[in-house]
Amino acid sequence: MSNELENKVALVTGGSRGIGAAIAKRLAANGARVAITYARDAEAAARTVKAIEGAGGKAVAIKADATDPAAVKAAVDKAVASLGKLDILVNNAGTAIPKPFEETTLEELDQVIDINLRGVFITTQAALKHLNNGGRIITIGSCVGERMMTPGLVAYSATKGAIRMFTQGLSREVGGRGITVNNVQPGPIDTDLNPASGDWAVPQKEATALKRYGSVDDIAAMVAFVASPQASYITGANLTVDGGTNA
Amino acid sequence: MTDLKGKTALVTGASRGIGRASALALAKSGAQVLIHYASGAREADAVAAEIRKAGGRADTVGADLAAADGPHRLARQVRAIVGDRLDILVANAGVAKSASIEETTIEDFDRLFAVNVRAPFFLVQQLLPIMHEGSSIVLLSSLAAHAAVGALPAYAATKGAIDTLVKHFASALGGRGIRVNAIAPGVVATDMSSFARTDEGRDYTLGLQALKRIAQADDIGGAVAFLASPEAGWITGDTLRVDGGSKI
Repeated sequence: MSNELENKVALVTGGSRGIGAAIAKRLAANGARVAITYARDAEAAARTVKAIEGAGGKAVAIKADATDPAAVKAAVDKAVASLGKLDILVNNAGTAIPKPFEETTLEELDQVIDINLRGVFITTQAALKHLNNGGRIITIGSCVGERMMTPGLVAYSATKGAIRMFTQGLSREVGGRGITVNNVQPGPIDTDLNPASGDWAVPQKEATALKRYGSVDDIAAMVAFVASPQASYITGANLTVDGGTNA
Repeated sequence: MTDLKGKTALVTGASRGIGRASALALAKSGAQVLIHYASGAREADAVAAEIRKAGGRADTVGADLAAADGPHRLARQVRAIVGDRLDILVANAGVAKSASIEETTIEDFDRLFAVNVRAPFFLVQQLLPIMHEGSSIVLLSSLAAHAAVGALPAYAATKGAIDTLVKHFASALGGRGIRVNAIAPGVVATDMSSFARTDEGRDYTLGLQALKRIAQADDIGGAVAFLASPEAGWITGDTLRVDGGSKI
């Protein structure tokens, strides 16, 4: 790829699989040393680390539930202790519980908010203490944080809308340090959680302009661009990578 | 760094400023670049010479995009050079005029819409026959399309039209695998906009922004090259703000 992230250190939450793993691998391929956090799947996390190391990169996996402030803080400290510093934070950990609004329980609402919003808040606060000037904070929102074409994602889309304003708000507070804060908003991406085949995929594919699902690498490429020196003037931006779903 | 080896690109208004920076960024990634100019033939030649000196391929093409048939004439010149394959179109050429509601004349208004909206619309139309699966179109929007900055309502409206065209073009051309996006710069220090170079302009601009530095044309060029590249293969219908967090 390139070496434009050489000597940078990145932390990717939820980096064991799916979009997070692709981001971790791509940042490593561009030269960064990478820490990933995972909630449960130690085996998947180990596979991501192994893939990065196999390609000549450096990576560590740290267990931390995004909703547990003490665990998140310890994970950030451990990442910095292991890799020496912190330049790039990617808030990727997230969850969705698709179901009609009237059937959504308070527990389910809390779970979605805890991971998608409170988790981002906690992680970013812990990371900012270490983040170098000129650093990057990248949140993974969603194209449904802006527009919504399908039912069943009321709580999820509400948290992704909140992430938009979190991003814009925080960019104002850290701009003086040259730290940029941006929100990458994926459309339907082919992962275990949202496979490109099956009944649920049909309307999502139809809603795109390009008439296909995106791949995890499409999101990783945008994250790598935002993390690069060329993007140092982009901040507070909502960067939609959705095959034209929101067009 | 994006890889554009073997790709052909046209950048309009590329003799200076953001267009020049975009052309240089595309060439640096390996694309063959056609440098369009309206009146700056000498500056355009210098851009082409700079690209060739670095080992790249570049030609210049002149056309008046304020004229109704300007886009059609430009498209014919482009086809004469690249044949039947254009991979990247950066419709950057634009004119700006600071004028209040009261000061804006019908002539100003018509010229702004002719160059900033009519020309990119018909340039896309005329070049579509040589665009194909994987081709990328980048239009130039502006911070002014999203928020009131300065006194330039007519100019701002032309850029609002660009954001609208991006959505409709992306939707109409998605089935053919052609991507369409825009970049919305904030206040950039260029020849067209010397505002950011004045003390007053600098204070005003930094007051709008989250970041505390003034943008240079290269800040936009990098984003253009990214959107034009296969790296951005699933990005379409979006306006990418490159404005240091202005009026967010």
